[in-house]
Amino acid sequence: MTTQQTTRRTDRYTGSNWRQRLDIRTITMVVVLLLLWVVFTAFTSDFFQNMRGSFLAARNLSNLTRAMAIVGIMGCGMVLVIVTGGIDLSVGTMAGFVGCSAAALQVWCGFGAPATIACCVAIGIIAGLIQGTIIAYVGIAAFIVTLGGQLIFRGGILFITKGMTIAPMQNDFKAIGNAYFSNTWGWIFAIAAIAILLLGELRKRAARRRYNTLDESAGLMIARWGVYSAVILIATVVLNNYRGLPFAVFLMLVLMIVFSLIAERTTFGRKIYAIGGNVAAARYSGIDVKRSLAIVYALNGLLAGVAGIVLTARLNAGPTAAANMNLELDAIAAAVIGGTSMTGGVGKVAGAILGAMIMATIDNGMSMMNLMPAWQFFVKGVILVAAVWFDLQTQKKKRAA
Amino acid sequence: MDKYILEMKGITKTFPSVKALSDVNLSVRPGTIHALVGENGAGKSTLINIISGVYPHGTYEGSYQFNGREMRFRQIREVEREGIACIHQELNLAPELSVAENIFLNEKPTKYGFVDFDAMHFRSKQVLEKIGINTDPTAGGISPEEKVSQLGIGRKQIVEIAKALVKDVKLLLLDEPTAALTEAEVDVLLDILDGLRKSGIAMIYISHRLDEVMRIADDITVLRDGQTVETRARKDMDKDTMISLMVGRELTNLFPKEQHTRGELALEIRNYTVPNPDVPGQNLIENVNLKAYRGEILGISGLMGAGRTELFTAIFGAFRTKGRGEVLIDGEPVTIREPREALERGFVIISEDRKKFGLNLMMSIKENTTMASLRKVSSRYILDQNREVKYTQDYIRDIQIAAPSIDTLVKNLSGGNQQKVVLAKALFCDPRIMILDEPTRGIDVGAKYEIYKIMNQLVDQGVAIIMISSEMEEILGMSDRIVTMSNGRITGEFDGAEATQEILMKASVIGRDEE
Repeated sequence: MTTQQTTRRTDRYTGSNWRQRLDIRTITMVVVLLLLWVVFTAFTSDFFQNMRGSFLAARNLSNLTRAMAIVGIMGCGMVLVIVTGGIDLSVGTMAGFVGCSAAALQVWCGFGAPATIACCVAIGIIAGLIQGTIIAYVGIAAFIVTLGGQLIFRGGILFITKGMTIAPMQNDFKAIGNAYFSNTWGWIFAIAAIAILLLGELRKRAARRRYNTLDESAGLMIARWGVYSAVILIATVVLNNYRGLPFAVFLMLVLMIVFSLIAERTTFGRKIYAIGGNVAAARYSGIDVKRSLAIVYALNGLLAGVAGIVLTARLNAGPTAAANMNLELDAIAAAVIGGTSMTGGVGKVAGAILGAMIMATIDNGMSMMNLMPAWQFFVKGVILVAAVWFDLQTQKKKRAA
Repeated sequence: MDKYILEMKGITKTFPSVKALSDVNLSVRPGTIHALVGENGAGKSTLINIISGVYPHGTYEGSYQFNGREMRFRQIREVEREGIACIHQELNLAPELSVAENIFLNEKPTKYGFVDFDAMHFRSKQVLEKIGINTDPTAGGISPEEKVSQLGIGRKQIVEIAKALVKDVKLLLLDEPTAALTEAEVDVLLDILDGLRKSGIAMIYISHRLDEVMRIADDITVLRDGQTVETRARKDMDKDTMISLMVGRELTNLFPKEQHTRGELALEIRNYTVPNPDVPGQNLIENVNLKAYRGEILGISGLMGAGRTELFTAIFGAFRTKGRGEVLIDGEPVTIREPREALERGFVIISEDRKKFGLNLMMSIKENTTMASLRKVSSRYILDQNREVKYTQDYIRDIQIAAPSIDTLVKNLSGGNQQKVVLAKALFCDPRIMILDEPTRGIDVGAKYEIYKIMNQLVDQGVAIIMISSEMEEILGMSDRIVTMSNGRITGEFDGAEATQEILMKASVIGRDEE
């Protein structure tokens, strides 16, 4: 390599064009999702003749988003945990435990909704922090600690409820799981989101121009913004066609954005990826590995707490069944289908939402087709393994091509 | 018998963004050692990967003839069946298994369907003795029953060779087999290779150590930028010619030695002792006293296992056991329990194992560069991505990393460029004391030279540099002052201008004999 060549090569910010920058894994999953939608629509609507009662009906899509909210919320934290190279098997029963605590606090202790929510979130954070501290500072494997946690929270659920149903919830608490934003609010959110996206793109462009690192055409930027805006607008139209944007879905989206920003735009997020990619190198780079790990599990506990609140609000009762629902496995599957690598260091928070949507689609579509529930498990299992297999294949191809 | 056992003609191999090989020719005569030399990224490993079947037939263009027949390998197993074995840079041994189990890893001798351990041990012994290795553990030899994790790196290498030999190998590919070996171990290995050559095995030998190449090779092929520059018999080649063919330009001086002026005392170590984490009651480092000054390159010389790396990782706060003794930075006593605390004081280390301790291979050049100083590219925990890009670009330009972009993943870079990323990361911390542990191991001549130049620049800026190296030429060529270590102790201190290889060697073996 001559010096001249070297200089020329590194002067540019990036040599990759838009085609190389597309994330094949994500696109494949979006395609899989759309294909599932086409198949389910075809099987539920006399081949697109009559949309009412079909998979693509606004009412069904609205319910679909509500069904995915809980796993989606838990998936956001699970991505971070798996990115560090860990796992959290406790969040499912932890959500159940928090949910039952919420029910107990309201029904038996007479707590109002705000106090209940605050307590529940605190329980989640503390439970996560305790597990994270044991994992990070004592050095016991995450799998073991959180498996223990799973059993303990399962015990906690039985301890609180003694097998009884604790109900009903107060109305403003129930709203978390069952309320909808009015159409006006839906449009305000949609337009605000689109405007913020545009503003972000413009600011990024201006900054890149200032730093002389601009590397994409204005057309590409507008195209990307256009695609996102179209998705937002279509989603708003569909949801408003039924009852509006469900509050639980709104909550999930807000958490997704917040956790994406934590993962990609903060030093803490960068540290998480560094730890997952190579923990020894992270330590040599002066990263406080233990503290970061403990915080990740605390954040995951926080999300489990939020998921527990939504679950309880939706059921309008303490979710005793969560002891055996294996929600944590759904969250892990959502993260993995969404592109998170179990070996750590790789993954996107938004991917978990996509993964959760794929799984909710399978549940929803297949039950609409009146298939045995067994089939839902078969298909979900196949898709989970296929997603990882596909990822391995594309990686191999990239290496060998 | 054909004139050549292996003939590669017009080999071209393209990766998505780069042409790794273009029209490369390589012909190996039977019973000879054919050296393949070139800078990192010249295409040596790619060529080896084609020969050893890692890249199957169809993923490259050109003709591949072995024993006069065209080879179309789809799987590595087919390659092995033809009698081609490859010993890769990173050893492929199961550390928790015995020597014999490793030698017969894939085809253990069996009796009634169970592994026949007696036969396996006996045959392992035979193979090891055939290549002239003592197998009596009481006389310091390699026992077939020993666990591989108990062996030093030189002996592991020998186990790798034995493993290849039980498969009736006709062509042996060796990718930098001596990169991690001491001089004595290199001698043993080269003797073994010479013996194999006499028994008719052909070998392709990749090495950055050109002296070895001159010692052992029959023919030498030089690759540069994915092309064959020339193949010559060894008698028609000398080291300087080889270097100029490799880099395509004349490099008159391998070491850009400069006169530095020593500044203030930067790092002082007093009575420093590090306990051995594996053997309670024993010390790895015994009562070390050391001073390093600003504006000076301090060379730490010694053999593998002398405790050099352990001493400095312990001071850096990254060793498994904590050291005892005093450490002073700028005359001020400090306690460093974690690397974080060392970095806060401008004390950085560039580890000898860049993949293990230096890099995050899944991350980009940019993310690796800023990894140790995220504070510089963030305000209140929020990353400023533009500042990050800007800074990284500046650093990358200064030390000339060859990559399509700063978003290129580090795993896709050559060894020399990876090392430069590690260096960029260290520089980005604004270091005041910098430890470089084997900074040029396994990287090519051109990149080495650039790294030396950066070291000189840093010293001029008043950084205290401590360079640990097992390459005596490098130590002599770059250091202002040299300290030798052996058996966890300091065994000598010399002026850089006065030291010679003999003097250093003598000081490096003090106290080693009783082992």
